Amino acid sequence: MAKPKKTSRRKQKARRQFLRTVVLGVGVVGVSLLGYLPVIGRWRERIRPPGALKEHEFLSSCIKCGQCVQVCPVNAIKLADMDEGFGIGAPYIDTRKQACDFSCDGLQCVLACPTGALTHHINYSHETEMAIARVVNEKQCLAAMGEGFNGPARGAAFNGKLRYEDVDRWKPIRISEYPYELELCDLCVRQCPIEIRIAQCEADKPPSGDENQCPPQHAIKLETIASDDGIVRKRPVILDGCVGCGVCEMICPPEPAVIVMDSTESRGMTA
Amino acid sequence: MNHLIKSVAVLLGADPKKPQPDDYTAEAKTMHAEQRADKSRIEAIHLELAHKAQYKTPEKWRRRRWTVLILVNLLFVVSFQLDIQILEGALTASRFVGFHMADLNSALQVMLAYKEVVINLVIGTTTVLIMWWLLGGRTFCSWVCPYHLLAEWTEMAHDYLAKKKIVKDHPFDRRVRTVFWIVFVLLAFFTGYTVFETISPTGILSRALIYGPGIALVWVATLLLFEIFYSKRAWCRYACPIGLTYGLVGAASPLKVTYNLSTCFHEAECKKVCEVPHVLDVVVKGRATDVDLFIGADCTHCGRCVDACPTHSLNLEFKGLGQLLK
Repeated sequence: MAKPKKTSRRKQKARRQFLRTVVLGVGVVGVSLLGYLPVIGRWRERIRPPGALKEHEFLSSCIKCGQCVQVCPVNAIKLADMDEGFGIGAPYIDTRKQACDFSCDGLQCVLACPTGALTHHINYSHETEMAIARVVNEKQCLAAMGEGFNGPARGAAFNGKLRYEDVDRWKPIRISEYPYELELCDLCVRQCPIEIRIAQCEADKPPSGDENQCPPQHAIKLETIASDDGIVRKRPVILDGCVGCGVCEMICPPEPAVIVMDSTESRGMTA
Repeated sequence: MNHLIKSVAVLLGADPKKPQPDDYTAEAKTMHAEQRADKSRIEAIHLELAHKAQYKTPEKWRRRRWTVLILVNLLFVVSFQLDIQILEGALTASRFVGFHMADLNSALQVMLAYKEVVINLVIGTTTVLIMWWLLGGRTFCSWVCPYHLLAEWTEMAHDYLAKKKIVKDHPFDRRVRTVFWIVFVLLAFFTGYTVFETISPTGILSRALIYGPGIALVWVATLLLFEIFYSKRAWCRYACPIGLTYGLVGAASPLKVTYNLSTCFHEAECKKVCEVPHVLDVVVKGRATDVDLFIGADCTHCGRCVDACPTHSLNLEFKGLGQLLK
């Protein structure tokens, strides 16, 4: 009687191990597949760095290494956490906190990308399609209220940086260290990287002396609002040349910002 | 060739097979017979074990390995934090002084998901493939992977608790790692997402070290707790597809742990410290088919067995160069 009992115990052990293994298998694959939820549910619509492919292709091709993060002179690029599922480790830009101001001129993040998730087919800022700016809060727009602006655009605690040509061509400084004195607020137009480039090109001084850097279309303008009280009022209007870099959103003084970035499925590059 | 096939079979999860009588070389046969007859050997074994229990030998290879592992990961961190740009990126993909490198499993996931490969990725993958073929495939695991180091520390906790009979090791069927590898290959291909990357503790830890911690570390902590309280070294042994990828790459590597039957006392000290003890099946009395043998592809070349062996029957060797630093 002793012998069959022994075999059955061994069998039982093997069966337990088999069941355990099945549970482990289902568990690990199950946890990994939970990563699908934030992606199909679109829990977070992220703005991706310049040259990013359309969202699905972008997440497929991104190897989650962060080399784009390392080369950005204004530290605009952050990596997503596990709450973004399959998007874990993929780069994004939180434009209100720190927009891409193209102060590297050469799209360093694109050059750094080892997999082409940021497509190597583009070379210039105006060729990118990160998002599209939308005016969502016009009532609070200082220009629409006919107000000027004095002092730094964002509070002292704000860490966001911009490159100011008149301060240092290569070293971006904190926005909170750069006071303005404006009769009518035009920060969104004044700091728009596309508009700055157009102005430089019109003055025959294209960035890096390269005419290819000249954007073909305007991105934003201020449009006069008709009024009968004699006060000049203007509103921002987004134009076809907007690439969604988010500088207008970052620089906008009111809280919440008058302009926000909208990254819809239609944005992003085609490989 | 036969040896290579067997080594890959064990890597994929097969149990090591007892050799057939025909498999032994004449020399090995005589040696086994002699060892059985030699009473003085048995005495020597007892003496030696007593000596070893009294004077613990230092774990040289472990010290060297931990130093390398910490330095490599630190180089990633300081390259970014201090902007010295020597090793940019993370373990999934990087640039070493400008040269592209890509983790083989991450690159595989991207290639399958995206179905298009840019030249930089080809360069990076080929470089790393050649590098780890030369350096022994799973050498990546024990000499570079940050999860491996944490798992070694939690393994100490597991062993301590197991000794006090508070926890028990629950082994899994090793074939499940091959199943995981295939499942994650298929998932990448059919969903078009790098699904495994979501839960890869290697990628998560590497990014956390370089770019700062996040909630993904909760998952890593869960795995470590699972290994302490339920199943020893479970992730590296039974789950990680990265380990299998590198194991395949290093199957025919010139870097190997070698085994010499003539000096072996079959005390199995090596198996006690080994992360993947199935590769050490040859040290069991009567199993070695030849006097000199290689340890199989699942070996991570961590060197713990080399340090543990009282008779120096196990060594790290590079074909053509002989034994590496003793």
